Amino acid sequence: MALPPVEQIKAQIEAGVPGASVTVILNGSPSAQHSLLLDPAHARAVAELLRDHSEWRLDYCTLVTGVDWPDTETSEKVKVRKFVKAADGTESEQEVDEVRKTKVPGYLEAVYHLFSMEKKHGQVVLRLRTGNRTDDTHVPSLTPVWRGAEFQEREAFDLYGIVFDGHPDLRRILMWDGFKDYPMRKDYVPPADEIPVIEVHS
Amino acid sequence: MLGEGIIQGLVETARNFFGSYVEKDRLTTVQYPEERLPLPEASRVFPFLLYDGKDPDAGLRCVACQICEKECPPRCIHIEKSKDKKPDFVGKMQVYPAVFDIDVSVCMSCQICVEVCPFDAIRMDKVFELSTDNRFRKLLYTKKELSKPNEYYQKIHPLEAAETDERRAKEAEEAKAKAAAAEAAAKAKAAAAAATPPVGEASGNGAAAPAKLAETKGSPQ
Amino acid sequence: MRDALLDRPVYEPEEGEIMEVSMGPHHPSTHGVFRMDVKLEGERVMKLKPVFGYLHRNHEKIAEHGAYLAAIPYTDRLDYLCSMTNNWGYVLAVEKLAGLQVPERAEYLRVIVAELTRFQNHAGLIGFLLQDMGASGTPLMYAFREREKILDLFESLSGARMMCNYMRFGGLRVDATKEWLDEVRALIALLPGFVDEFEALLRANEILMARTQGTGVLPRELAINASVTGPMLRASGVNYDIRKVDHYGVYDRFSFKVPLGEHGDVYDRYMMRLLEMRETVKILEQALKDIPEGPVMDPKVRLRGLRPKAGEAYGRIESPKGELGFFLISDGTGNPYRYRVRPPCMINLTILEDMCLGHNIADVVIILGSVDIVLGEVDR
Ligand code: SF4
Ligand code: SF4
Repeated sequence: MALPPVEQIKAQIEAGVPGASVTVILNGSPSAQHSLLLDPAHARAVAELLRDHSEWRLDYCTLVTGVDWPDTETSEKVKVRKFVKAADGTESEQEVDEVRKTKVPGYLEAVYHLFSMEKKHGQVVLRLRTGNRTDDTHVPSLTPVWRGAEFQEREAFDLYGIVFDGHPDLRRILMWDGFKDYPMRKDYVPPADEIPVIEVHS
Repeated sequence: MLGEGIIQGLVETARNFFGSYVEKDRLTTVQYPEERLPLPEASRVFPFLLYDGKDPDAGLRCVACQICEKECPPRCIHIEKSKDKKPDFVGKMQVYPAVFDIDVSVCMSCQICVEVCPFDAIRMDKVFELSTDNRFRKLLYTKKELSKPNEYYQKIHPLEAAETDERRAKEAEEAKAKAAAAEAAAKAKAAAAAATPPVGEASGNGAAAPAKLAETKGSPQ
Repeated sequence: MRDALLDRPVYEPEEGEIMEVSMGPHHPSTHGVFRMDVKLEGERVMKLKPVFGYLHRNHEKIAEHGAYLAAIPYTDRLDYLCSMTNNWGYVLAVEKLAGLQVPERAEYLRVIVAELTRFQNHAGLIGFLLQDMGASGTPLMYAFREREKILDLFESLSGARMMCNYMRFGGLRVDATKEWLDEVRALIALLPGFVDEFEALLRANEILMARTQGTGVLPRELAINASVTGPMLRASGVNYDIRKVDHYGVYDRFSFKVPLGEHGDVYDRYMMRLLEMRETVKILEQALKDIPEGPVMDPKVRLRGLRPKAGEAYGRIESPKGELGFFLISDGTGNPYRYRVRPPCMINLTILEDMCLGHNIADVVIILGSVDIVLGEVDR
């Protein structure tokens, strides 16, 4: 039995979890694996619904990915009417091009790929987004729903700095404990070759 | 019976132990430095550069196009182009690498450089006993150390080399035929030009003509 | 009820003191640079935290900096025992992302090399597991004797024994010759005999059974919830094999069985590998019988400078260790915007603590051995 199309899943989630808002994100590649963007406040409830839904039974969370979308600047050309001073000193109203820059704030994203081991179908892709990349990097952890996410959420925390609220044991996993930066972010600058000081037991 | 499983296992080891005296398949150890297995044709270790003929400088196939440098996953190739040019195997003038270094301490023997090279200039070597006592200088192979003759390639990868040689011979022949045709065409043109003297005279003055033209252009003032 | 899976049992010491032991990172039983922080009461494990990352090289970042082609040789180095299946997982994801087709012969050859990889991985794993249990040397040597023959075949096909770098999106790098296929046929005629021998060696051994049966039990519910995959999942009785579920490649054309365990203990996990080796031989026989002639590479595919349309794709295969997946996001340029590996070994370690609690420290070694980890993949 196959899963219904994403729009239908979205509708059922919104009916099943009051207040939840789900956005469908279409995927332009030939794979056509579309995803659902959840709002952080209801993510836990939605995840539980997906896991326990009698027809879907998405009991298997394969993959948790962190993705970094840095702040971008879009510039668009707009035509504005302006008084322009000509060389001889006369002023006239003219149409001129002006480049307007808008800053689009970036965010960090956690992507969850779900399958069902019981019904042998899949996949459903969930996305959670943080507010920004600096101080509001919290998303709810889904480890209480699927324990398979435990190490991968730790990895996303380690390499991207996404803080998963409600994770039972959120520590660095691949980098060492004293490490400061988040190496998988797009703007990460590796430190100049320095030899780490190793503390010798006295 | 307790212990049956243990006995069953011991029978197996005994079979292998005594079998190793009679069956080749059960005694597979190769006494390595003295005894060597032949390497299969496809076997690869590190890349080397090919040259035709006797002189590694004149015959080097590489034209310093730097495709391999860009595609090498760990970026362990370093190429600097030459300022001057030399003819390649079909007689076309090409630049050649003034510097071609491969850092084999970084190279991961992936063969991607070989795959992407459009000039059959780089191939994989089979030598694997390369340990040295100097991990910096001696593991950075320069053009001189990398250049090996085509005969060597024919020896280590006979099938592959035969295929490449055949293709290159064909290409060279085609190029030659083309060059001959071009030459013939040029000759024919020249002959045709010679056959019509009036035009020939005019064209004989052709070199001076632009100057005249310039003069006439300038003259109205 | 299922949320209770998170509450791990807590052992209170009855008497005596608690000792903290750091097993590894340099310890022969940890299969690489892997550490377990163990709290012991006497010999009983009360707490265990896996610590890894010693081999971390940020494989994902490296791949994001290179072209799509340049990532293939790096995938060889993930699970360095199974480079063929790693290649396959990655090229499958790229093929999904860019919508590429693979010629039929290439699909068959992929199955052949992947199943040979599975065979040698399982043989090696059993050798190591039995070595961890104290059967020092002998089973491992037998396994390596057989593995050697398979690696020789890989070398004559792809040029390298372990870092094969053989597959390409849209096909394979080189075609197999007729002689090569005959060599494989000759080899797989011998493999069932080897499996029999290997099985007779220790399967019924009373000491082994006493040590492994009932050790490190992984309940079915927990295995699913913790995303355990591969033979370890099936040892717990869950019928989930991606070759059967997704039918990637041409796996739908072969008839083979998926062995299932009942108890989810170390013994089941050991038997699971033996049984899968037998099934693998069956698949190989069918694939070698049916393999068609034809090209092995789609000539339309641009290997150099592939630029898939912006989008994303997740491709997964059943690697010998479990579900190996690659998640790629393309932004339309020549290198992946996001490249993510789903490492089966690392995720299977999630429940290591649950399996070890209450057991003796000597059992931790065999429980870890039955998980089948390769640190190149855990740490990436
Ligand atoms: S070896 Fe080949 S690809 Fe590399 S620079 Fe020379 S000609 Fe170009
Ligand atoms: S074999 Fe691979 S790593 Fe080595 S030089 Fe060639 S492309 Fe680079």
